[in-house]
This record gives sequence, C-alpha cells and structure tokens, in this order.
Amino acid sequence: MHDEPKSAVGIEQDDSAHDETGKLDVKSIVKKAKELNDFGHLLEHVPYAKFIGMAVERFGDELVFKLPAKDDNIGNPILPALHGGVIAGFMEMSAIVQLMVFMQTSKVPKVVDFSIDYLRAGYHKDSFAECKITRQGRRVANVNINCWQTNRKHLIATARAHFLID
Amino acid sequence: MSLTSEQGSLTGMASRFVEQLTQCRKLKLKVLEASGKKVLMELPYDAQLVGYPDTGVIHGGVITTLMDTASGCAVVCSIFDKFQLLEISPTLDLRVDYMKPAEPHKPVYGFAECYKLSSSVAFTRAIAYQDSIDNPIAHAVGSFMRISPEMVGEEFRLALMGEADDNA
Repeated sequence: MHDEPKSAVGIEQDDSAHDETGKLDVKSIVKKAKELNDFGHLLEHVPYAKFIGMAVERFGDELVFKLPAKDDNIGNPILPALHGGVIAGFMEMSAIVQLMVFMQTSKVPKVVDFSIDYLRAGYHKDSFAECKITRQGRRVANVNINCWQTNRKHLIATARAHFLID
Repeated sequence: MSLTSEQGSLTGMASRFVEQLTQCRKLKLKVLEASGKKVLMELPYDAQLVGYPDTGVIHGGVITTLMDTASGCAVVCSIFDKFQLLEISPTLDLRVDYMKPAEPHKPVYGFAECYKLSSSVAFTRAIAYQDSIDNPIAHAVGSFMRISPEMVGEEFRLALMGEADDNA
C-alpha cells in the first residue's frame, strides 16, 4: 500500500516529484524509485530518456540499462546501425542514473566531459549498458561505462566521463 | 574556379547526407553551410530533448549527437572535396568537453572541421555554441576511420548526390 494520500483530482499527476515551488525534487524521486525498486521511475522524468526509449532494470546491487531497438535511433541506414550520438547519449544518461541511485544526489549530476571509443558497429537491435563509478570525490565523480549488444564480452562502445555532483 | 558554386554543391550534399540519418531527421538537424572541410549545423530546441527537467536544459547526449554528426559530415565533405569520392566514415572515438549548459528555447549551432585527412584516419574538431562561437557550450575532438568508397552502396550514393531526387 502507498502511504501517501491520493487526492481525488489529478490522480495522473505525480505530485511527490515536485516541491512547493513546483521544481523537480530529485531526492524524493530517487527515494521513491528505491522504495518501488523501479528505477524506470527516474527515467520517466527525463524527456531525452523517453526520446531514445531507454529503460533500466535492477539485478541485486547492479543496474543494467537497456536501449531497445528503435528505428528513430538509426544513423547509418546502410548497415543499418545506431547513430553514434545515440549510443553516447544512452551511455551518458546511464551514468547519470547510476550516480543518482548510488550517491543520493540532490541534483542531477552535470556532465563535464565525455570520451567515447566506438569498438564495433551498433546494429539495429537491443543494446545494454553498465556503469562503474571509478572514483567519487566531493565535487567530481569519474564513471566508466560499457555498452554491448549480444554478448557482454563484445563491447560496441566504452566510455569514461566526469560529472559535477553536489 | 568558381568557389561559390562548389561550396553550394557541398552544402547540398552535406544536407542530403544528414537527411539520410534517421536520428538526425528526428532531431531536425539542419546543415546551414558546408565548404571544403568545414560544416555548420543547426539543432533547434525541442522539449523532447530535455535532460534536466528542473531547468529545461537539453541533454548532453544531444550535444554529443550534434558534434558526432557535424564532425562526420565534415569528414564526408573533406573526402569529397579532395577526391571527388563518397566515403562514409564511422567514428573511432569522440571526446566532448562541456563548458556550460545550453540555454533553453534557443537553437544550438555545431561547427566542425576535418583538420587532417590521412590515408586511413580523419581527425576532427568541433564547437557547439549559441550566441557566439567564442562562448562555446562544448568542444569536441574526434577521429574517424576511412573505409573504401565501395562500402557506401549505390542507393546511398545516389541519395547523397541528389540524383535519386531527380528521378523521383
């Protein structure tokens, strides 16, 4: 049972996501996602995550991000292959969620730099990503992200990034 | 030598190249100008692309896509300008440094240059900005693998040369 009272009007509205000023309350969104054990809840608040159609699932202590095959995400029409920018955006968003979940940030982490190596063509099929927080300081966190399709050992891309946190 | 007409045709070719990429059509990316090895592109603001819902700032991934596309497009133009050949070069790596968030409700411009074309690799640099190129949102460097022109495929080649349109 949900412990929060449901108002008769605006049931569709997720009031808990916003504070009194109407701003997005990141802390409560993360908290709610943890309670429900549904981290897709975090992605629902980010338009770009919906735009590329990404999802996330939790397995024990680990998060695995998924980018289902989607026609709109294609760059190279000959192969066809995913647009490299979409792969990068997916991996960057994965790192942001990983940081929010495991560091209880009160704000959405800001990307400082993002460096990606493309190892194989990303074909028109489901892609997956996992992140490792390599170092987390007081202000900056370093994250490594790996992305694969059919086999975890055959990465299509690997990236590292720095994020500002507070 | 008529530079203007050559530049005009390169801009057309660059536009058709970007138009072929589904994700770029979704983003409504537009080529404003393409010359020998430089490309200027425009990314309109769209609420669907927001990465920070509390501020309305677009996602870094969109900026990366803009930089990747502009850089790749600069490579295609550079190769075409030098050899009159079409090659589609996949990205080897790309590093993007973000200096400041893009202001909401304004377009972002991506300027890319293929500053070195070697026999098997093309090197690029790119800048994303809004009001002034001297006040960048992001800076990117990348490298692209050159593959043989035969890999392009006839249909794609025709689409890029604008010949497919003429027959339609």
